[in-house]
Amino acid sequence: MALLEVNHLDVHFALRKGDVHALRDINFTLERGERLGIVGESGAGKSVAAFSLLNLIAKPGFIAGGEVNFEGKTLNTMSERRLRKVRGNRISMIFQDPMMTLNPVLSIGEQMIECLKAHRRITTKAARAIALDKLQQVQLPSPDTRLAQYPHELSGGMRQRVIIAIALLLDPDIIIADEPTTALDVTIQAEIMALLLNLCEQHNVGLILITHDLGVVSQVTQRMLVMYAGRVIEQGPTREIINDPQHPYTQGLINALPQMATPGEPLNQIRGSMPSLSNLPSGCAFHPRCNFIRRADGQTRPACVEQVPGFVTSGNCQVACHMVAELLEDRRLQEESL
Amino acid sequence: MIAFLIKRLFHALLVMFVISVIAFAIQDNLGDPVQQLVGQSVPESERAELREELGLNDPFLTQYLRFAGNAARFDFGYSYVFNQPTTEVIARHLPATLELVAAASFLIIALSIPIGVYSAIKPRAWLTRLFMSVSIVGISVPVFLTAIVLIQLFAIGVSWTPFPAGTGWGAWLNDLITTEGGMPAYGRGDPTHVFGTWYTNFASLEGLTYLVLPAISLASIMLPLFIRLIRAEMLEVLQSDYVKFARAKGISMRRIYFLHALKNTMLPVITVGGVQIGTLVAYTILTETVFQWPGMGLMFLNAIERSDIPLIVTYLMIVGLIFVITNTLVDLIYGLVNPTVKLTGKPA
Repeated sequence: MALLEVNHLDVHFALRKGDVHALRDINFTLERGERLGIVGESGAGKSVAAFSLLNLIAKPGFIAGGEVNFEGKTLNTMSERRLRKVRGNRISMIFQDPMMTLNPVLSIGEQMIECLKAHRRITTKAARAIALDKLQQVQLPSPDTRLAQYPHELSGGMRQRVIIAIALLLDPDIIIADEPTTALDVTIQAEIMALLLNLCEQHNVGLILITHDLGVVSQVTQRMLVMYAGRVIEQGPTREIINDPQHPYTQGLINALPQMATPGEPLNQIRGSMPSLSNLPSGCAFHPRCNFIRRADGQTRPACVEQVPGFVTSGNCQVACHMVAELLEDRRLQEESL
Repeated sequence: MIAFLIKRLFHALLVMFVISVIAFAIQDNLGDPVQQLVGQSVPESERAELREELGLNDPFLTQYLRFAGNAARFDFGYSYVFNQPTTEVIARHLPATLELVAAASFLIIALSIPIGVYSAIKPRAWLTRLFMSVSIVGISVPVFLTAIVLIQLFAIGVSWTPFPAGTGWGAWLNDLITTEGGMPAYGRGDPTHVFGTWYTNFASLEGLTYLVLPAISLASIMLPLFIRLIRAEMLEVLQSDYVKFARAKGISMRRIYFLHALKNTMLPVITVGGVQIGTLVAYTILTETVFQWPGMGLMFLNAIERSDIPLIVTYLMIVGLIFVITNTLVDLIYGLVNPTVKLTGKPA
C-alpha cells in the first residue's frame, strides 16, 4: 500500500450560479520518500489539489467526491480534530509567498514552538532546542538570534528557509510544497530548491512539488502529473514525460521553454489561454488550443469535441488524449497485421 | 522611546497652540460678556469701565499674549457665571465626564471584540445577521434619540396593552412589551467622594445604576462602528496566507482565531479607537444634556447659553489636551503590539 493514495478526488466550488468543478477525478499515489511533481498553467487546479489533500480548501470550495488515503486512513472524512494531528505533523506544507506566510506579529520562535506544542507534549525549552536544530539544518545564519526576531526582520529567502524549517519540525512523512520558489529571486530559487531536495533526501521525506517550472520538476521529482483545467492529462515517470511527452499540451509546455526556441526567433507558445472552469469547452477541454485536432486527412477528429478522453497507457505513462489513443490503436493494428 | 516622547511633546505643543488661537479668536463672536455679567440695569458708562477693567478693549494680539501667558500657567481666568477660576469649575465637572467615557469605553471594548470576532468567524449565522442589522440601526439613530428611547423604556417604563388581555397569548404579549422602568436617568445620584473634586459612581452598586443608561446611549454610536470595523478587519485577516499556514501547521482554530488573527485585527482597530475615545468626550455633550449628567459636556452647553467665555475657552483647551494625550498613548500601545513599529529608535 502506498503512503498516500488519492482516488477519484473531485473538488467543487459552490458559487451562486452553481457548482464549479475545480478538480475532476484526480488519481495518484506517493510512496515513502518519493518525489512527485504537479505541473500546469495558472488555473489548472494545482494549488487546489495541494490544499485539498489536507482538506484545507477555503470556502466555497469542498471535496465533493473521492478520497485521500494516508497510511490507510481516509483524510477527507476524518474529523477536524484528528485531521489536525496529521497537518504539520505527518504532512506539512510550504507556501508560495514567504512574505505572506509567516504571521507578522508573532516572533519566529513563537511560530515554531507553537507548532511543536500543538503536536507533542513538550516543554518550551525542549521545543526551542528542536527549533534551533531545524534552523541550523536549513542553514539560516545565527539561528538563536532569529528565534526572537519577527518576520519583517528577515529577507524573503531567509523567511522561506524558516518556513522549510517549520515544515520539517516534526519530521513529517510528506511535504507539500506549493510553488516554493516562485516568489523568490532567481539566484535564491536554486539555493532554496537544492536545500529542500537535499533535506527531503536526507530524511527520506516524500515531496509533492507544485510548480510551473518544468526545469525544477525534471531535476527534483521522480514522477509527475500534468494538469489542465482541473484534470490530470498526463502522468508517469518524470524523465519519460520530459523526454517524450505524449499529450499535445505537455508537448506545448516543453516547447514553450526558452531553451527550446531557435535563437533569434520568437519563443514558442501554446495559442489561446486556459478556459474558465465555469465554462469548459466540450469534449477534451484542450481541443480549442490543440494543434492535433485534425487528422492526417484534414478532418477534425469528432471525438475531441464530443467526448472527454479517458486514459491510455503509453510506455509507463498515462495519457488522456484521443489523438494518442488513435495512434496507439493504429500501431497495435499494424503490429497485428504484420 | 525618549526621542519619540520628545517628538510627540513637540507635536502636542503645536496642536495646543493652534487650538488656543482658534479658541481665543472665536470668543469675540460669542456675545458680550459684560452684558451677561451685569444685567440690564447698569448704565453704559459703568459698562465701559468694566470693559476697560477686564481688558476687553486691548488689541487682539495683546489679549492673546496675555491669555497664552496665563494659559501656560494653567490659569484661564475666572468663569463669569460661577465667579471661580475656570480650572476649578472644569476640575469639578471633569470626573463625571471621564467616568461616563470610561464606562462607555468599557462597554464598547467588552462587547465589540467578542461580537466582531464572532460575526467574522460565523459570517452566515443568524446571530451575525442580527448583529449586523442592529448595528446599522445603531449607527443611524442619533444619540439623543437613543437616550430618550432608553429613558422611556427603562426609567419611565411602558405599559402598553394593544393585545386583548383576556386571552392567554394577549396577556403574554402585553407583558412582553411592557417594561417596568425605575432605572435612574437623571444626574449622578449620590456619588462617593474619593479625593479633591473627584466623586465616583464606580464605588457602589447604586452609583453604577446611575451610569448604566447614560453609558449605553454614549456607547450606542461607537459600538456598532467598532463591531463592523473588527468584523471587516478580521474577515480580511482570516483570508490571509499566514492564517492558512497556521491551519496547515495543525494549530487549533481557537488559537488561530484569538492569537494569530485577533492580534493582527487589533492593529488598525487600536489606531481608530484612540481617535474615537477623544470623540467620545465630545459626544458627551448630547448624552449629558439628555440625562442631566453633571459633567463637562453639560457644563459647556450651559456656558454657551450664558456666554461664559473663559469657561468655553478652557473647555476647548482641555478637550484638545485630552485628544492629544489619548493619541500619544494610543501610539505607544500600538508600538507595543506591532513589532514592525520600533519606538525605541533601536535599528531593526
